[in-house]
Amino acid sequence: MKPAAFDYLAVESVEAALEALARAGGEAKIVAGGQSLVPMLNFRLLQPALLVDINRIPGLDFIAVEPARIRVGALTRHHRQETAPELREHLPVLSAAMAEVAHLAIRNRGTLGGSLSHADPAAELPMMALLLDAEIATASPSGGRRIAARDFFLGPLATGLAEDELLIEVAFARPAAGSGWAFEEVARRSGDFALAAAAVTLRLQDGRIAEPHVALTGVDETPLRAGAAEALLDGEAPGAELFAAAAEAVRRRVQPNTDLHASADYRRHLAGVLVRRTLEKAAAQAAGGRA
Amino acid sequence: MSGKRLVRMTVNGSPVEEAVEPRLLLSDFLRQVLGLTGTHVGCEHGVCGACTVRVDGSTARACLMFAVQAEGCRIVTVEGLGPAEALSPLQEAFREHHGLQCGFCTPGMLMTALDLIEKYPLASDAEIREGLSGNLCRCTGYEHIVAAVRAAAQRRREPSS
Ligand SMILES: Cc1cc2nc3c(=O)[nH]c(=O)nc-3n(C[C@H](O)[C@H](O)[C@H](O)COP(=O)(O)OP(=O)(O)OC[C@H]3O[C@@H](n4cnc5c(N)ncnc54)[C@H](O)[C@@H]3O)c2cc1C
Ligand code: FES
Ligand code: FES
Repeated sequence: MKPAAFDYLAVESVEAALEALARAGGEAKIVAGGQSLVPMLNFRLLQPALLVDINRIPGLDFIAVEPARIRVGALTRHHRQETAPELREHLPVLSAAMAEVAHLAIRNRGTLGGSLSHADPAAELPMMALLLDAEIATASPSGGRRIAARDFFLGPLATGLAEDELLIEVAFARPAAGSGWAFEEVARRSGDFALAAAAVTLRLQDGRIAEPHVALTGVDETPLRAGAAEALLDGEAPGAELFAAAAEAVRRRVQPNTDLHASADYRRHLAGVLVRRTLEKAAAQAAGGRA
Repeated sequence: MSGKRLVRMTVNGSPVEEAVEPRLLLSDFLRQVLGLTGTHVGCEHGVCGACTVRVDGSTARACLMFAVQAEGCRIVTVEGLGPAEALSPLQEAFREHHGLQCGFCTPGMLMTALDLIEKYPLASDAEIREGLSGNLCRCTGYEHIVAAVRAAAQRRREPSS
């Protein structure tokens, strides 16, 4: 199908974008990579009066490595996040997850800001934002704010962003030196949205788990942090029984959907298996001393 | 409000200037306005890969971009790869290895494979299959396409062989 008619404005500054959004009074949509928005326009699920194209705003495509966090601009493309040497070195869990996002032609266009704003319940980047305690910075007519990833995702395709608010950058917290990490995904075909995926970062201190982070996607209304599993793991010595208990806590926590790709039961089963596997890998890596 | 806009870009090296409605997809612009029907259209939601073209050197789905967004861009379509009398090495590999039957998926396969060969080592068949997983083919069963891309990737790594 073809989209309904709309007006089009390519803006060259954040201010111009905010002004256009405010003027349109809720009738406008921002377009970044277009890889989620344009299919919805083609299907006429959305019929905005105006498209505000932010691709030509300079300064929103960047990766800045700081001691405690890594800031990534909203217009940074998926392919850059997959391949950037500074991310491979300092946030390898993120680069690993990016390789599973869609296909190259889509990764060439899709952006960090677009993925978080779109908030697909099976997307990888929202899961990474939760895993890495990201802080999301926005600009809006009232000045903008910083939103913790934990407070950002409200439901399927629903976030805390207002209609006149622009996502500007995301600050991912860097796991402590010596942390282990792992990411595992099951999808029907390479590049498809995850049926389920899990990611873990953790540290070992005197042989006990410290700062365990466990995140999942594809298994609930939004990507999530598995708080109950983390509480079980914290301060304990890694081992098969502990990881089985954490996997069981995750199976109890998640509320997956049945759809044409997989049943809720199968997704719940995968969530448990992937959490166990990622915990084993991350713990082995932390024990081996590799970051 | 949604009247026509002037858009300028280069397509396969030639400058192009046309007035278009903002809602005109790049895929329809190439096919209907410029008459470059090599770029095929299957699903119009990014899934089949038939419409894949190059925008400023990297692949993109032409069905997920509006022509107005290509202002100032360098677009390359399958017509830009090489004419029938002078096939590019990748096209030649598809011909040699029977990488096509009906040809519907072929333009997208070629454009995708070109980007893959430039960005990834494609050392194993698994890597090639993963790279092609965003392009659907209903005819070949993929084996011959993988063989063609394998040969082209190898030729690029070892130009003399
Ligand atoms: C075939 C296919 C397979 C895919 N597979 C996957 C997958 O496996 N995993 C995955 O995670 N994703 C997948 N995607 C989605 C892809 O990653 C998208 O690129 C991404 O979700 C959206 O990013 P975008 O820049 O294209 O956003 P757009 O499509 O431009 O925008 C998406 C939404 O976000 C809003 N928006 C965009 N930027 C901003 C901003 N800076 N501030 C505020 N609002 C903004 C838009 O208004 C729109 O509502 C797939 C897409 C396709 C077509
Ligand atoms: S027509 Fe563009 S991906 Fe199918
Ligand atoms: S050759 Fe017919 S669809 Fe691929």
